Amino acid sequence: MAKERKIASPEPTVGSEPYWEGAREGKLLLRHCTSCNKVHHYPRALCPYCFSDKLDWREASGKGKVYTYSVMRRAPEPYVIAYVTLDEGIKMMTNIVDCDLDKVRIDQPVKVVFKPSENGQPVPMFAPA
Amino acid sequence: MSTKGKAYIVGAYEHPTRKAPDKSLAQLHAEVAKGAIEDAGLTKDDVDGYFCAAGDTPGLGGLSMIDYMNLNLRHVDTTDTGGSSYLVHVGHAAEAIAAGRCNVALITLAGRPRSEGMATGTAPRAGNPNQPDLQFEFPYAPATANMYAMCAMRHMHEFGTTSEQLAWVKVAASHHAQHNEHAMLRDVVTVEDVVNSPMVTDPLHRLDCCVISDGGGALVVTRPEIAKSLKRPKVKIIGTGEAAKHQMAGHVDLTYTGGTKSGKAAFEEAGVTPKDIKYASIYDSFTITVVMQLEDLGFCERGKGGRFVSDGNLISGVGKLPFNTDGGGLCNNHPANRGGMTKVIEAVRQLRGEAHPKVQVKNCDVALAHGTGGSLGTRHCGSTVIMERE
Ligand SMILES: [Zn+2]
Repeated sequence: MAKERKIASPEPTVGSEPYWEGAREGKLLLRHCTSCNKVHHYPRALCPYCFSDKLDWREASGKGKVYTYSVMRRAPEPYVIAYVTLDEGIKMMTNIVDCDLDKVRIDQPVKVVFKPSENGQPVPMFAPA
Repeated sequence: MSTKGKAYIVGAYEHPTRKAPDKSLAQLHAEVAKGAIEDAGLTKDDVDGYFCAAGDTPGLGGLSMIDYMNLNLRHVDTTDTGGSSYLVHVGHAAEAIAAGRCNVALITLAGRPRSEGMATGTAPRAGNPNQPDLQFEFPYAPATANMYAMCAMRHMHEFGTTSEQLAWVKVAASHHAQHNEHAMLRDVVTVEDVVNSPMVTDPLHRLDCCVISDGGGALVVTRPEIAKSLKRPKVKIIGTGEAAKHQMAGHVDLTYTGGTKSGKAAFEEAGVTPKDIKYASIYDSFTITVVMQLEDLGFCERGKGGRFVSDGNLISGVGKLPFNTDGGGLCNNHPANRGGMTKVIEAVRQLRGEAHPKVQVKNCDVALAHGTGGSLGTRHCGSTVIMERE
């Protein structure tokens, strides 16, 4: 197990608060467009497919697999950055945590976990499923 | 409207410094401007168009530098697409000249990250919180190097590319850099040296990463009639292209770059194909960047870039596509952490026959310069410039 890295706290902007409130409740929320019925990430105020402003939030299954990753060795505490393909079909940037850094692999199944950032705000990350 | 043949690069200058604690950023911009204008055989008063990237130019857009250099302009363009900006500027300068908006365009780049002690590639850089992606990315500590590394990791997974293949890019650059007296790293390295250098961020080793340097460069672009009146060899701009690529709302695909579109646009405008290119400057922020861009530009099939660069194929006088004969970002320099400017400058040297004799490509009549600015892993802009010796 790697030593825990200090996680920079996200600075929410107008409209993104529900995403971070969801994280505080242990939920990974995806922005969903009620006009074209597609989900996107990161969340926007206007749908990036059809520019509709009729959007709601959907809770993601929290399951996915590693699309790609890299172990940053030149850091006080080495860490794994990754893109994970969610079961919902879209990818998100994240960290792979609670694992041996050298055992992460592409296509590995992972599940969401929430890790506290510096100010306590939980941030969604992924651990081996 | 095509700008093919409507503008020429007549001045090119690369600052010899690689570490400039004794020079201000504004001074570096002005020194490269002076160098390129003198190289063209023009004077400062001839310049009526100025192009710079907001990100490496001190002050608001280009306004402080225009004031500092006391330029008298009728056209300004401060487009910033990161390291590819200066390739974009060449295209935009050709457009402005073709449209009659200016006669003599000056493009400058300068930076001193080495003197300022930046951990350029491995430290995450915070942005403005209004940047809409920041809160969804910065907590995960994306740096420059680990974002490019994720592209390399995926390339290896999908296409079987190996660390040894990537290493050949650095090996080729080092073969060229040994002849460049200004290059930061002049020792010839082997594949073993690269793959045995310390891992920075898997799968990129220390020698897969470009240098951090101070310095800069400048270009002068002008109309055909003025180019013909000057004594310098004529380098005609025959094709340009630019294309941004991003995360596609979550449908991230790290196996290609914006070069697929910018290259296609430039080749179509120029009316040439990759086979016609005698020399290519390819932005080499990392070894993987070169491999992906070669595929995207059509020098080889998708997924075959690793094989293409192996066995010295990028070494001048040895391989089928001589590249970065100044040593590139991997060995020569990387002023302001932006590699597009030096790519155009070395292509101009090759077309003029002014590259170092040990690396000069014979009968170099058509050359390409290409770069990717921003981050290959998130948001970037590819830009391509194809030039012909007249
Ligand atoms: Zn929509």
